[in-house]
Amino acid sequence: MLANTDLSRFIFGRLTLDSIPYHEPILIVTFLGVVVLGGALLAAVTYYRWWGYLWHEWITSVDHKRIGVMYIILAIVMLLRGFADAILMRTQQAIAFGGNEGFLPAHHYDQVFTAHGVIMIFFVAMPMITGIMNYIIPLQIGARDVAFPFLNNFSFWMTAGGAMLIMISLFVGEFARTGWLAFPPLSGAEFSPGVGVDYYIWGLQVAGVGTLLSGVNLLVTVIKMRAPGMTMMRLPVFVWSSLCTNVLIVAAFPVLTAVLTLLSLDRYAGTHFFTNDMGGNSMMYFNLIWIWGHPEVYILILPLFGVFSEITSTFSGKRLFAYTSMVYALVVITILSYLVWLHHFFTMGNGATVNSFFGITTMIISIPTGVKVFNWLFTMYEGRIRFELPMMWTIAFIVTFVIGGMSGVLLAVPPVDFTVHNSLFLVAHFHNVIIGGVLFGSFAAINYWFPKAFGFKLDVFWGKVSFWCWVVGFYFAFMPLYVLGLMGVTRRLREFDDPSLQIWFVIAAFGAALIAAGIAALLLQFYVSVRDRKKLIDATGDPWDGRTLEWATSSPPPQYNFAFTPIVRDLDAFTDMKRNDFRRPGDGFRPIHMPKNTEAGVILAGLSTVCGFALIWYIWWLAALSFFGLIGYAIWHSFNYDRDYHIPADEVAETEQAYASLAAGRS
Amino acid sequence: MAHAANSQNAPPESFFELNEHGHETGSSTMLGFWIYLMSDCLIFAVLFATYGVLGANYAAGPRPEDIFELPLLAVNTAMLLFSSITYGFAMIAMQARQTKMVLLWLAVTGVFGALFLGIELYEFGVFIGEGASPQRSGFLSAFFTLVGTHGLHVTFGIVWLVTLMVQIQKYGLISANRRRIMCLSMFWHFLDVVWIGVFTFVYLIRMI
Amino acid sequence: MRHFTLFTVLSLPLLLSACGDLVVLFPDGDIAARQRDMMLIATGLMLLIIVPVIAMTFWFAWRYRAANKAARYEADWDHSTKLELAIWAAPLLIIIILGAVTWVGTHLLDPYRPLDEITTSETVDTEGEPLVVEVVALNWKWLFVYPEYGIATVNELAAPVDRPIRFELTAESVMNAFYVPTLAGMIYAMPGMETKLHAVVNKEGTYDGFASHYNGAGFSDMRFKFYGQTPEQFDAWVEEVRQADDELNQQSYLRLAYPSEADPVRYFSSVQHGLYQRILGMCVQDGKMCVQEIMNIDNSESSGEEEHVDVDRLRYETFPIDEFGGHSPQGATAPASGRIPHTDRMLEGDREDGAGSIAPSQLNRSH
Ligand code: HEA
Ligand code: HEA
Ligand code: CUA
Ligand SMILES: [Cu+2]
Repeated sequence: MLANTDLSRFIFGRLTLDSIPYHEPILIVTFLGVVVLGGALLAAVTYYRWWGYLWHEWITSVDHKRIGVMYIILAIVMLLRGFADAILMRTQQAIAFGGNEGFLPAHHYDQVFTAHGVIMIFFVAMPMITGIMNYIIPLQIGARDVAFPFLNNFSFWMTAGGAMLIMISLFVGEFARTGWLAFPPLSGAEFSPGVGVDYYIWGLQVAGVGTLLSGVNLLVTVIKMRAPGMTMMRLPVFVWSSLCTNVLIVAAFPVLTAVLTLLSLDRYAGTHFFTNDMGGNSMMYFNLIWIWGHPEVYILILPLFGVFSEITSTFSGKRLFAYTSMVYALVVITILSYLVWLHHFFTMGNGATVNSFFGITTMIISIPTGVKVFNWLFTMYEGRIRFELPMMWTIAFIVTFVIGGMSGVLLAVPPVDFTVHNSLFLVAHFHNVIIGGVLFGSFAAINYWFPKAFGFKLDVFWGKVSFWCWVVGFYFAFMPLYVLGLMGVTRRLREFDDPSLQIWFVIAAFGAALIAAGIAALLLQFYVSVRDRKKLIDATGDPWDGRTLEWATSSPPPQYNFAFTPIVRDLDAFTDMKRNDFRRPGDGFRPIHMPKNTEAGVILAGLSTVCGFALIWYIWWLAALSFFGLIGYAIWHSFNYDRDYHIPADEVAETEQAYASLAAGRS
Repeated sequence: MAHAANSQNAPPESFFELNEHGHETGSSTMLGFWIYLMSDCLIFAVLFATYGVLGANYAAGPRPEDIFELPLLAVNTAMLLFSSITYGFAMIAMQARQTKMVLLWLAVTGVFGALFLGIELYEFGVFIGEGASPQRSGFLSAFFTLVGTHGLHVTFGIVWLVTLMVQIQKYGLISANRRRIMCLSMFWHFLDVVWIGVFTFVYLIRMI
Repeated sequence: MRHFTLFTVLSLPLLLSACGDLVVLFPDGDIAARQRDMMLIATGLMLLIIVPVIAMTFWFAWRYRAANKAARYEADWDHSTKLELAIWAAPLLIIIILGAVTWVGTHLLDPYRPLDEITTSETVDTEGEPLVVEVVALNWKWLFVYPEYGIATVNELAAPVDRPIRFELTAESVMNAFYVPTLAGMIYAMPGMETKLHAVVNKEGTYDGFASHYNGAGFSDMRFKFYGQTPEQFDAWVEEVRQADDELNQQSYLRLAYPSEADPVRYFSSVQHGLYQRILGMCVQDGKMCVQEIMNIDNSESSGEEEHVDVDRLRYETFPIDEFGGHSPQGATAPASGRIPHTDRMLEGDREDGAGSIAPSQLNRSH
């Protein structure tokens, strides 16, 4: 059917049966696994007649809470893929010694580390923080939803569409073999003619639109939708940190969009932006991608700084120490993050003055970061610390992150960076801050807000097992990499000569196995908690003696979040309410104005994904069709003016009374 | 839970807004659109920077002074500036709730926009005919991409404009449509500002 | 306190050295050693604040645990001007010192800076001319040209101890980095551009050198040995290379540049005059215009209208490196890559030049 005739080439572009990597046993097994699992899932959904429910309540939902949960589910699904890649790399590196080639040939190994980096950053960490921000921001500022609920749904599906393209690359064609930032000329048409880099480009472009729009959305939400009385200096720190993050997103992602567009022009149209000849300049790509890339790492960490602030204050039973300093520190980090990008290529032959300028601006970031660390410490000081799971993650974070930050500052000293740039020391640095900061923070956040989202707490025993496996596993997996870096071992290596290195890789592989156990324990924790949900129930809506507004409503919150918009008088708004014996109004409910669900988001994102796929495979007719379909549908959708409705007062009253009686019965 | 009931200074209900008045839907749209435009602005900033870096990499090929023609460019710029003025008239008409006039001025704006695009495409055609195609050198890649991206924005603006005219025709100057007119206005003027940047930075400076 | 931490830092590498070859911490070259010193100073400075932070974390967590009712509890204490000043000032102070050290160190250890100005090593010969080595990063092997001796080698580098070396580096097709940890930090090698690195080796021995910027399938094996030799040994080595059969000229360079993995060591007894400059100018193939020449045209006052340069003279034609590392049928087939599909035969109508193809036109050029 797919012989390379002109017709089939017109229809399928460069897609042929050959593009299916059926000669790769690993991929076949994975593919079968996906088919079996996916098939079982679809069958279950059909059997239980969940399609309608899923479609109406989730897929088309514009409720920020539902969307937040979907983001986090996406992150968890993609984490399993990213982790699979990590395990492959760890195993390969642990065995490929002295002539043993390991089990991954170069063209496969090189895809694995690229895919791992891309997936972890764009499709695990980003959805994770976007999900958390989506869920929590409106609740913490006492709003009913985000500023643009429809846009929110669209953003999510764009992110999911990008993730889908990356997943498809596993089974149809190949992924980029360039490293996660796809530096040209290696990623140019000359040296990477295959579809891998195109998958990379279009996956990120589709997801990037989603990220950018979600950034705009959350930014406007924080600026415009705060409850009365919530001045900027009464914003919960998490909201402040999200605000900074979204400023960074809005100011950084366009750069990524632009630079990837230039790269695709080079690849598709034969322009000369980053080519070696005809006036191209590949160093420009390094500059542009890092102008996005460095702010990106702060986009990842800042929301978690906010999470840790909330948790430290709650579980120490104390106001956050030096709120104002905290806010200024955030703002300083936000601004400085644009002035340091060159530290990623000190070794490119820049002059000493340029290098030391960027080195020093980089170190300066450790000052506000240090202030934040001290503020957490002094929040604990003279507190009453309850070591629930979120707090345990926080302590582990402080200790781990400080070490990772220190190795970061070392890398910021150009003469030092000359010796460990691109080495496993660098790999250890960024896993140290990302796992110790972003992941530990995500786990803290999940344990902290899970009862809010689902109405019951997470199981503590399995949570602790997971915690210890993760923390210990992390140190085993990444401390050896520091040592290897000091032995002059470069990153992205597939095999090694020197047998004396092997022991360190074996230790690292052991660490990764411990982490795997940690992930298993985490999944078990979910399972056990769902099973025991009756026992773990949180009827009050306030399981931790919380201090901010999200705890002032029921768990899970009703669709409209708050029957009456709260009025804020203090930084810790909910603590203030509790101290002053607030009562929830029991009657006088009014109809609540809410946005309607819409299928436009998923349709638009679907068309974009198809368009991306068609462009990757040179299926020009499909690309044109889906592109014009996209425009046409968007125009058509803009004729729909009927986008909201009112929840009747009776229904609100009913919901509120149900919650009141539950709380009365239990507490 | 230790509710330190130290003060009863506030009646409990004062923690909630009992008499909420409906917020106007879409009150945030303008801000949101503004932020979006700022991010778009950054895309142009990158393209400008790229042009700055590659602008002198002629690869032994055509240079600005070989291909640019200022008179045509002046006409072109005038088209875009006129279209901004006529859009301004549409805004005034909107304030006065004169649906017909709004439509008229929008149509004029669209025509100017289309003329601008036409001239730009003609210019591109001439360049490519002379062998100054985007593939010829880094300078030309950067030039075509910067100017072309602006042109794409104008194209998109015209599509939007036509859509909006149909919507106004159908539903009149209802508040949702007024908001859309204002958003498009921001977009249109934004493109004007970007063009002034292109005009000065890409053409004028290189010609002098 | 200060002495104590510094002491710990300095003794740590000693402890670790027991378990392997920590070349970054124990290099045999003056520059690398001083980069190492910077690392130790910076680490020491930072530990001054990091160690107390970690200690405080555990201490506060323990002391103010909820079960310890004896500890003070101040639910509303959230501000202290003095303390806040201190927590901004302490890191600031460290960074001021570290920043100053960085500024000085970066300028002092700038890879472009000739060694004679900066070396503190007694034994380094700062009087004579440095040994110049022209380095070309090829896919996937290293080419070293010794202009002083008119010889070249592949995947083997040698230098006499205590004689400063000046590396001049470029690359054939993609970005690379050149790194011999014992000598000095790494530096990028990029096509059409030249970077420089100054270094010296102070002890005889055999050391590792390698590519440290990922550059495609053959990356893992792009390694070489570096020999630090006595002057006599070095002369003997040069003599040995001179005895080799191969000569490096345009043709043999182009053959050499063809991608290959895990190449053996090769010697070239002579090097065509100006070859390195042509590699740098991306114009080894006859008929190509060199980068230097293109730049002259671009920078000249007159506009280039009169002379129409043939575009083919400007195109840099490199070898496809994509087909390495196993079969890769995934879409990267002719005409998109100018490469015959793996399992499919070429069909009628598939012309070598890819005419009539669906691929973007610039990909249709045959190589
Ligand atoms: C969440 C992600 C994250 C975070 C938060 C950071 C934080 C920092 N990073 Fe990191 N970094 C990455 C992710 C991150 N990084 C990634 C992914 C890469 C590699 C990408 C690639 O090449 O693939 C990278 C690479 C990278 C490099 C490039 C190295 C190279 O390529 O050779 C450098 C160099 O300067 C650097 C520095 C820093 C610094 C100084 C910080 C600082 O922000 C850290 C500040 C924190 C502290 C210092 C600790 C707490 C402070 C105190 C207790 C106060 C007192 C301390 C002092 C006075 C020192 N990072
Ligand atoms: C967010 C970023 C992130 C994360 C989490 C990780 C996690 C891990 N990474 Fe990776 N890594 C990168 C970003 C990340 N990495 C990047 C950018 C590169 C560079 C790529 C390149 O070279 O181009 C890289 C490269 C890289 C290498 C290549 C080194 C080399 O170049 O030689 C290796 C080697 O083993 C490795 C290992 C691991 C391991 C074992 C883990 C594991 O320890 C951890 C696995 C973690 C999880 C599976 C958990 C994730 C979970 C969540 C986010 C929450 C989910 C929530 C619930 C389940 C409730 N990573
Ligand atoms: Cu990178 Cu020159
Ligand atoms: Cu950075």
